[in-house]
Amino acid sequence: MDVMLSASSLIDGFGTALTPLNLLWAATGVLLGTAIGVLPGIGPAMAVALLLPVTYGLDPTAAFIMFAGIYYGGMFGGSTTSILLNTPGESAAVIAAIEGNPMAKSGRGSQALAAAAVGHFAGGMIGTTLLVVLAPTVADLAVDIGAPDYFAIMVLAFIAVTSVLGSSRVRGFASLLIGLTIGLVGLDQMTGQQRLTFGSLQLSDGIDVVIVAVGLFAIGEALWVAAHLRRGGQGAIPVGRPWLGRDELRRTWKPWLRGPVIGFPFGAIPAGGAEIPTFLSYITEKRLSKNKHEFGKGAIEGVAGPESAASASAAGTLVSMLTLGLPTTAVAAVMLAAFQQYGIQPGPLLFEREPELVWGLIASLFVGMVMLLVLNLPLAPVWSKLLRVPRPYLYAGILFFAAVGAYAVGGEAIDLVILLIIGLIGLMMRRYGLPVLPAIIGVILGPNAEQQLRRALQISDGHVTGLVDTPFAVTVYAIIVVLLAWPWLKRLLPGARRRERVEDGG
Amino acid sequence: MSTPETPPPADAAATPPPPAERPTGLRAYSELGVSALLLAVGALVLADAVTMDTVASVRGPVGPRTVPLVVGIALLLVAVLLAVDVLRGGRGEAEGGEDIDLSEPGDWRTVALLAGVFLAFAALIDPLGFPLSGALLFWGSAYALGSRTHTLTRDPLIAAGLSVVTYVVFHTLLGVQLPGGPLMGVV
Repeated sequence: MDVMLSASSLIDGFGTALTPLNLLWAATGVLLGTAIGVLPGIGPAMAVALLLPVTYGLDPTAAFIMFAGIYYGGMFGGSTTSILLNTPGESAAVIAAIEGNPMAKSGRGSQALAAAAVGHFAGGMIGTTLLVVLAPTVADLAVDIGAPDYFAIMVLAFIAVTSVLGSSRVRGFASLLIGLTIGLVGLDQMTGQQRLTFGSLQLSDGIDVVIVAVGLFAIGEALWVAAHLRRGGQGAIPVGRPWLGRDELRRTWKPWLRGPVIGFPFGAIPAGGAEIPTFLSYITEKRLSKNKHEFGKGAIEGVAGPESAASASAAGTLVSMLTLGLPTTAVAAVMLAAFQQYGIQPGPLLFEREPELVWGLIASLFVGMVMLLVLNLPLAPVWSKLLRVPRPYLYAGILFFAAVGAYAVGGEAIDLVILLIIGLIGLMMRRYGLPVLPAIIGVILGPNAEQQLRRALQISDGHVTGLVDTPFAVTVYAIIVVLLAWPWLKRLLPGARRRERVEDGG
Repeated sequence: MSTPETPPPADAAATPPPPAERPTGLRAYSELGVSALLLAVGALVLADAVTMDTVASVRGPVGPRTVPLVVGIALLLVAVLLAVDVLRGGRGEAEGGEDIDLSEPGDWRTVALLAGVFLAFAALIDPLGFPLSGALLFWGSAYALGSRTHTLTRDPLIAAGLSVVTYVVFHTLLGVQLPGGPLMGVV
């Protein structure tokens, strides 16, 4: 029943996505996303943050169609960089470099790029199909969940991004708290009380999420690179038109199909997006491959599987983002900020209130994927030229567009100063190993979580038990406890130590 | 990529000794600065929460103070835990990247120069308008980042081109207002 309904809504969505103007936005998004993703040092999150101001003048549907293209384009562009340059900037593309770069060095760059492109296409198609099937169901289930459940999910998101990712929990929590503090600035949403504004009129509106995102991702990154700019640089490996032979196809089709199975569920949970699933997919392909000896020296399965997993995890991310308003990756966090910019609150009601927007967005994901494949295969040699852009221009350009974006938010010069301060915080975080994702999740979800908390306690008349009076909330808190206790639990598991060593070697 | 397997801070004592070539003395403990900053922010958040004027109508049992109090206390706690971790030899791992060479010491002069250029842009955008100040931002940043061979030839041309094109695209195509300044008034 649900599936039939989804199918007809999706057809309506294609009606929205396939209008000439929206096709144009999708194409613009894909091209911009790929170009910016290919540029070294710019990952999908920074790409989306930098391109936010471009969409200010657009209506929401067009803006999100463009975003979808930027997201997928950025991911594809990122893997091109890691295959041809071998020093990936974003974690999800690390795996692509392990096998893709040796392939490129041994003259098989065209095949590596093709395996990655088709992997993205397959993963994206399968992932988005799963999104179509699952999202309305999840939204239906989520309609019944109340403030205590929401609060529990948000706490889970906070704990998960700080505990699952990164090498140090205390640094993860430090980052989260910095984000929560920034989120506190401004008028209290329920009482209008000024918080951390120090009497400044400017701060009483709060610090715009776009400024925080651009500051942490773009300015922070540009300054950090400036402090450690690689002189001389490495040459990108020149590459021809991507193609795959019969033998390669025989080796890649299974990894392409297996990737989404791993990628999609990981995208939907707050575990840092594509980082873990690409790694797991890589391990799986290595274990299943008949050509184990090639791994580490350019095994095409090691490009195909993880890339497909990465793309499917992006689709999984959208399930939580659209149905629960829960961002699980930095890109989703920035997209959520963009939704809020338009006064739209993603959540279970989004599918009812904004069907045109949601289904148009989902349909345009399919459209964008086809465009990616059609455009990127022939354009790969052009994209690879972008890798040669002189670094001073590249990072000056990032600062320039970050400034445009921050100024466009409110047209006030003081925003630029705030942007720089947040950028310096981002610089410090990169220097001392504080992960950026918890901070951005804290800024975006913090105010929301506080509202849910207060609403929940209002309902229960101030009794803390009101936070745990549903089975759902209890389950979520149980997961949180396991996550928090995991380092100690892990030691109790038999053979845990040994497995760790094997994985470290892999 | 070894992220999920790396031991948590609780294991800090059990981690293998760090590589020998790390900086010694005060610089080795520069991370304590992060701790100090968290401490300061925590104190600020708490002070703000405590001095908050709660005469404003409080709806519901949890007022506007509760969350800031929790966040402030957590900041102080994390500041202490981080300091303990640093003193026990734990170090945050500096982030790598495509254009990042961590084998060289940090070039903080460039960072300061960039921050200066950026502040100058913030000060100049209203009086000079976007096209001119934006061009200065790009040109100054490129110079700070080490573009020296074309300082007076190619760089300013690219800066001016980028700035004017951006202005026109945003202003006319995307409907985002940027100040034109006296220059655009003349044109």
